[in-house]
Amino acid sequence: MNRILLNSLFVQTQGAYLRLQGDTVRVEVEGELRLQVPLHHLGSLVLFGNVLVSPHLLARCSEDGRSVVWLSEHGRFQGRMVGRVSGNVLLRRAQYQALDEEEKALALAQAFVQAKVRNARVVLLRAVREGGASEVLSQALREQEAVLSALPRANSLDEVRGLEGQAAAAYFQAFGEMLLVPGFAFAGRVKRPPRDPVNALLSFLYTLLVSDAVSALEGVGLDPQVGYLHALRPGKPALALDLVEEFRAWWADRLALTLLNRRQLGPKHFLERPGGVVYLTEDGRREVLVAYQKRKQEEVIHPLLREPVPVGLLPHLQARLLARYLRGDLPRYPGFVAR
Amino acid sequence: MWDEAIPISALQHFAYCPRQCALIHVEAAWEDNLYTLRGRRAHEGVDLPEGLVREGVRVEFALPLYSERLGLVGRADAVEFHGGVPYPVEHKVGPRRTRRADEIQLCAQALCLEEMLGVEVPKGALFYRTSRKRREVVFTPELRALVAEVTEQVRTLLHSGHLPPPVKDARCRDCSLVEVCLPHLMDTLEETL
Repeated sequence: MNRILLNSLFVQTQGAYLRLQGDTVRVEVEGELRLQVPLHHLGSLVLFGNVLVSPHLLARCSEDGRSVVWLSEHGRFQGRMVGRVSGNVLLRRAQYQALDEEEKALALAQAFVQAKVRNARVVLLRAVREGGASEVLSQALREQEAVLSALPRANSLDEVRGLEGQAAAAYFQAFGEMLLVPGFAFAGRVKRPPRDPVNALLSFLYTLLVSDAVSALEGVGLDPQVGYLHALRPGKPALALDLVEEFRAWWADRLALTLLNRRQLGPKHFLERPGGVVYLTEDGRREVLVAYQKRKQEEVIHPLLREPVPVGLLPHLQARLLARYLRGDLPRYPGFVAR
Repeated sequence: MWDEAIPISALQHFAYCPRQCALIHVEAAWEDNLYTLRGRRAHEGVDLPEGLVREGVRVEFALPLYSERLGLVGRADAVEFHGGVPYPVEHKVGPRRTRRADEIQLCAQALCLEEMLGVEVPKGALFYRTSRKRREVVFTPELRALVAEVTEQVRTLLHSGHLPPPVKDARCRDCSLVEVCLPHLMDTLEETL
């Protein structure tokens, strides 16, 4: 549950107590030492829910310019303590500057879309493995390949957005094939407002993902509203939307398919209003939330760290890699690609 | 390109005052005042069927709305079904507002209902809570055209990202955003020069 990811200490164990001992942080749970980390290894502490920090440790973090981030137990951003000296200003300036540096903005948009399409491909390939290659699935896979090979040659944001749309259209055309239970049809992605149960479920899952991405970005000091692939709009978390592109297919879509195909969600979990708008019922939302939280605890091997990482920490990890790229510490932003 | 759907409420804000619309939907500013708080309470009260449901008429509350054709989304306070014909009823707190803002909002709801349900929606009503009176609104071709026109104007405004100048007239007195808008700031700024 506790781990160090590129100089951030994430503490998810409820009831944990963090205190300063010399130049180290001691993480105790019910009076028992769980972890001791030298402070100089840490850039920030990220605390989920009921996690306590001793005043001495807080003061020390503040002095050293180490940030402390509080999230709710489910990962919603609550607040951040930033000490006197902070890299945030420089990071945010770099984030804003990258908007006007065409090459950088383009490279980021390409990285987000590339990761998105490769992860969507993983989902389709799995369906082929399990049920054989239908014509629609094969067509979508071909389309994805075409997009992936055209992507590096794109030389404008609009071109990248066009390719993203092309891949998404093909993917969602095949998505219905992966629904194996009767009673749920899927004719394509319809949002704002959703007009069938599958779209209602996808919309809800995407909302959860976006809120996690906002928390993750705020956690590293990035402005979640200033993105590259997504155009700037008042009130729109463009960078969070950029970041979730990597996670939509293999995290949210896969979970939606599992919930429906295993009949954890049925027609009774959805409500249709006159005129065709469909929502999850309160019970339905509860089922989804429990499954979503469970998925966050599951571990996957991160392709860069080459070690198991809980799914719930992936957005935080990717946000940190993004910050590193923007500050010139990494030559490119490595989008997360599932195996 | 403003690719997202436009909230029906933005049409009402725009018809009342383009600057108010931009403050809310472009600058993301919102100030509660007596009127908006009362408005929220009025909308909470909409769930109570009292005074609204008539014998044998089915009523849908807080009905989600959309129009692909106009690129609108929103929610109707209440839609009554008179022999299968939808009849939107929008609750209003203050007195009748200028510039047909309320009619435009109601007619936009009707256009959404027509598209969603595939039936004609010839009229609806505005319900003023203070006077407890209904005012019926007929969706004339002229009003429908006005809705389409205002929708385009709002789309242009949201796309531009600019804040139109203040109107500085009687509307400001009742406006919930007057403290954010500062309609007379430019005048006093010039006086101090």
